[in-house]
Amino acid sequence: MSPSVRVGMKATHETQNAGLDMASLSLRQVNESLQKAEAGSFVVSNPRGAHALAAGLVSPIDVTVEGHVGYYCGGMNQKASITINGNAGTGVAENMMSGRVHVKGDASQSAGATGCGGLLVIDGNASARLGISLRGLNIVVKGSIGHMAAFMAQAGNIVVLGDAGDALGDSIYEARLFVRGKVKSLGTDCIAKEMRDEHRTLLRGLLDAAGIGPEVDVAEFTRYGSARKLYNFHIDNLGSY
Amino acid sequence: MCGIVGLFLKDKALEPELGRLTAAMLHEMCGRGPDSAGFAIYGSASDGTSKICAVRRASTLDWADVAARLGEATGRKVTYETIEDHAIIRIDGDGAAARAWLIENVPEATVLSEGEAIEIYKGIGDPDAISQRLRLASFSGTHAIGHTRMATESAVTIAGSHPFSTGRDTCLVHNGSLSNHNRLRETLRRHGERFQTENDTEVAAGYLSWRMKEGDSLQQALEHALDDLDGFYTFVVGTRDGFAVLRDPIACKPAVMAETDAWVAFGSEFRALAALPGIDAARIWEPAPATVYAWSRS
Repeated sequence: MSPSVRVGMKATHETQNAGLDMASLSLRQVNESLQKAEAGSFVVSNPRGAHALAAGLVSPIDVTVEGHVGYYCGGMNQKASITINGNAGTGVAENMMSGRVHVKGDASQSAGATGCGGLLVIDGNASARLGISLRGLNIVVKGSIGHMAAFMAQAGNIVVLGDAGDALGDSIYEARLFVRGKVKSLGTDCIAKEMRDEHRTLLRGLLDAAGIGPEVDVAEFTRYGSARKLYNFHIDNLGSY
Repeated sequence: MCGIVGLFLKDKALEPELGRLTAAMLHEMCGRGPDSAGFAIYGSASDGTSKICAVRRASTLDWADVAARLGEATGRKVTYETIEDHAIIRIDGDGAAARAWLIENVPEATVLSEGEAIEIYKGIGDPDAISQRLRLASFSGTHAIGHTRMATESAVTIAGSHPFSTGRDTCLVHNGSLSNHNRLRETLRRHGERFQTENDTEVAAGYLSWRMKEGDSLQQALEHALDDLDGFYTFVVGTRDGFAVLRDPIACKPAVMAETDAWVAFGSEFRALAALPGIDAARIWEPAPATVYAWSRS
């Protein structure tokens, strides 16, 4: 039996705060332990910007990462709850299916890209291409977001307490965007829309899920979504494609 | 891909550690650029002499002969030392004419840098092997920039490796690719800039040198670059006393920065910064697109 498998078995059977120290364990050993676990809480220390940490988890386990992570942390997540006490590199929670990923610091580009379900919460700022091609994931960002967020986003919701950069929601389908601050510019076919009761209820639920209390008022947000003019090719819209 | 690291020291006590810290940062970027690597080190200025760094392309090249011919041609005192296939040639006064003479008359060597403080070293192959062979960890200095290359726009050669320097004490490393470098190279040639390769990054380095010769500060030169350079880029630039970062308006290529009271650092990825002293308390951020970040030692 190889050392990596032994580590995995040990972690599987411990259910409370199993420590995984990347100063002594390889990325593969840590991921194998987390992917095999069916329950329990795990604390990963000394990540030092490692890529693809806690990616591909399939069980309802709790993972806390103490430090900054590299690319694709929590990617493809199913059911697990992952908290990153630090910043996250490109593609955190990309293609997430369910569960929860919470970044306590800032997130780099393409956070939550192509996400299908679950909740991604970013306490700090997110840079470019947040939630591109979103397919059902909910994203709540407490800070501001960069350019090209929600590009071609099909389903799901993005809530931003701060400002949004250029070309928000370019070529968006049916995802809903709620921004409290300023939007630098809207992308093609993305427009501001009326906030009806159903949207206020939805937004309140998302804020509650992200642990944001009533001090943040849903009335301060503007909803953005698709003008639905670019769904199908139309010769009159040629200039907009 | 390609990996970039940069370290600009504010705390003089760290200067003897510059090479060791840079080597550790570069090590983390090996995977982003396994084709070749290079680094620029800004050491202490020497008393009125200029340093020219060059690497030989032919093993038969005799540096003693080159130094003697250069001394004869310029009428100035020339000394040199070697590190592996590199030579650091010292000449009294401004080295620009000597640099031009070497490019013109010593085709068996590639001139890498010229200036008061800058030294550039490059090699082909595994970045760790290059930094060990060229003893990067032993260097001291005020700031350093390193690069690991995954070649896209030109061949894997020493001449095509980064950093590029075309002006005195100025160097640039680049992650990305420029799309208007051929036309811009011709324009810059007409302004008197001299190029040694067909590489796109050398054009960007030449562009900045030209702008600064026209009177731009480093900050202004980079702001002009936003208008005149087309393509994808994250640049890290070094000057005698300065250090700057610029990303293209779309921010295609990755970048992360950190700053403490002791240093400013750049990495293509955070893991390049993870071992720096005091990183846990550093301010860490992703540089915004189309925004010039610049530091200088006053």
